[in-house]
This record gives sequence, C-alpha cells and structure tokens, in this order.
Amino acid sequence: MRVLLALVALICAAPLAAQDTLPPAPYAYQQLADPAQEAEAAALMATLRCLKCQSQSIADSDAPMAGDMRHQVRTRIAAGEDPEAIRQWLVQRYGDYVSYQPRVSASTWPLFAIPLLLALLAAFILRGRLGKRREPGA
Amino acid sequence: MRRLRIFLWALVAVVGGLFALFAYQLGQPKDEFVESAMIGEPLPAFDLRPAVGDRPGLANTDLADGRARLVNIFASWCIPCRVEAPQLEALRQSGAEIVGIAIRDRPEDVAGFLQIYGNPFTAIGADDISAVQLSLGSSGVPETFVIDGRGVIRYQHIGDIRPEHVQTILYELREAELTERGA
Repeated sequence: MRVLLALVALICAAPLAAQDTLPPAPYAYQQLADPAQEAEAAALMATLRCLKCQSQSIADSDAPMAGDMRHQVRTRIAAGEDPEAIRQWLVQRYGDYVSYQPRVSASTWPLFAIPLLLALLAAFILRGRLGKRREPGA
Repeated sequence: MRRLRIFLWALVAVVGGLFALFAYQLGQPKDEFVESAMIGEPLPAFDLRPAVGDRPGLANTDLADGRARLVNIFASWCIPCRVEAPQLEALRQSGAEIVGIAIRDRPEDVAGFLQIYGNPFTAIGADDISAVQLSLGSSGVPETFVIDGRGVIRYQHIGDIRPEHVQTILYELREAELTERGA
C-alpha cells in the first residue's frame, strides 16, 4: 500500500522546472531555406559555446538560450552577414569564451609553440642517438 | 648509471608536480560565471514592447537621459529572481531607479510574478527571444547592470542579489552618477 501511495505521489508530482513556457524562437529549430546558407550557419553554430550549458555547442543544446542564439546566427546569415562577423559580434559580448575556434593570442600562444618545440627537441635527441649508434659500426 | 638515476628521479618529480597541480586545480571553486565584455561600452540599440499593462516598455534611448539606473534581467519562471525581490525593493527604497527586462515571458505570468513578489520597476521591456540579453553579453537570469546617464554599461552583477550585495550595487550606481556629473 505504501509503495502504491509513493508511486501515485511520484506520478502526480509536478516538477519544479526553471524553464520558460514561450515557444522557441522562429529559427531555433527551423533550418534556413537556402541549403548553402544553412550549411554556413550549421558550421558556425557547431563552434559556438552554449552559455547555459557550457560544455556543449549551441548546435548540440536544447537550452532555450541556445535556441535563441541559433535564431540569431540563422537570421544574421540569412541577412547576408559573414559567419566570422557573427562570431566576432558574440566575442565582443562574451569574450573568447563563447567561441570554440582555437585562436593564437597573448595567452594561448604557448599551446601552439610547445608542440613545435617538443618535436624539434625529439628530432635533435634522435639525431644524436642514431648518429652515435652508427659510429662504432663504421 | 648515476645519470640514469638522476633522470628517473627527475621524471618522478615532474609527474609528482603534475599531480600536485591537478589536486590544486580540483580544489579550486568552479567559476561558472560568464562575464559580459560590454562593461564600459554603450548600450546596443533596442526597443522592447511593454511586458505588462501598467508599465511602459523599454528602449536604449530611455536609458541615456542623464540619469543612472539599474537594469534588472529577470523572468517569472526564474526561481533565484524570487529570492532577490526583497533586495531590489531595498535598492528602490535607497533611491535607485530600476527598469526590468523580462526574458521569454508571458504578460500574465509577469503580472502574476510582480503581484506576489513586488514591482520595483518603472519600466519593463519584454525580450521574447533573448535578443537584447544576448546583445548585452548577459548569459542568464537574474543579472543586474548599472547604466550611467549616457547609456554606458558600468557594472554587471551576475546571479541573484543577496543582502550583502546591495551596498556594492548602490556604490556602483553612485559612482556612475558621479563620474557622469564630473564629465
């Protein structure tokens, strides 16, 4: 009986959801009519961060705010805006954080420089070793 | 042999250092706030319809009339917005003029929310597709911006305003008013 009551309570419980009830923005889930423009928009949306969910792109997220961001991207692309200009518009508002596209800047250049340095170092060490091994045989 | 031993100990030290770094970083509190990069910038252009019947809507030109204001981004469906209502009322009583932007909200829901939790706003614009929120660099509800009399964004408070934040926000509002007059 108690289990049954608990089950009934579970079914009747209204979830306390912090979500709005408005329908999504027109272009949140609707593709652009022009396939070339939609492809441009999709490529851009895959490299923009959802601000609500932070580890997803706005193309991956069902958060209402991600839908509103997709609407922005699609309507701006439809209006003829360049995808990089749209990215820049968002970066101006949220910083580099909003973009997943890697960019060389004052704080990120070591990420690009260190692998190069390591490859050079490895080549140098290998050359020393291989050169040494050949000598006694000669 | 000795060189190899030194090399191995150095390797252990490097790996140990790496783990110490991981432990340190894992111990740091997570910073989930995405700050707006628009501080110091003028408000972008917008013109929002009224969110409720008894208050006017909101346009960026309304916020460049020489008076510093607070812009509160809220929604009736946002639970922390209920928690900050008493603090907004305290700010209003301390002389702050507060305007609101309601995100993705129905007029009847906004009206119901204001009836229960109070209405500290002199104007409320309805932002149905978060367009103005995105153009402000705001990433959630609630958030509160200090706008000076020329319509320049001066300060951003992310999250609900707790009692301990009221003084800081009032200070930032006064600062916005003062530099205004000095300029």
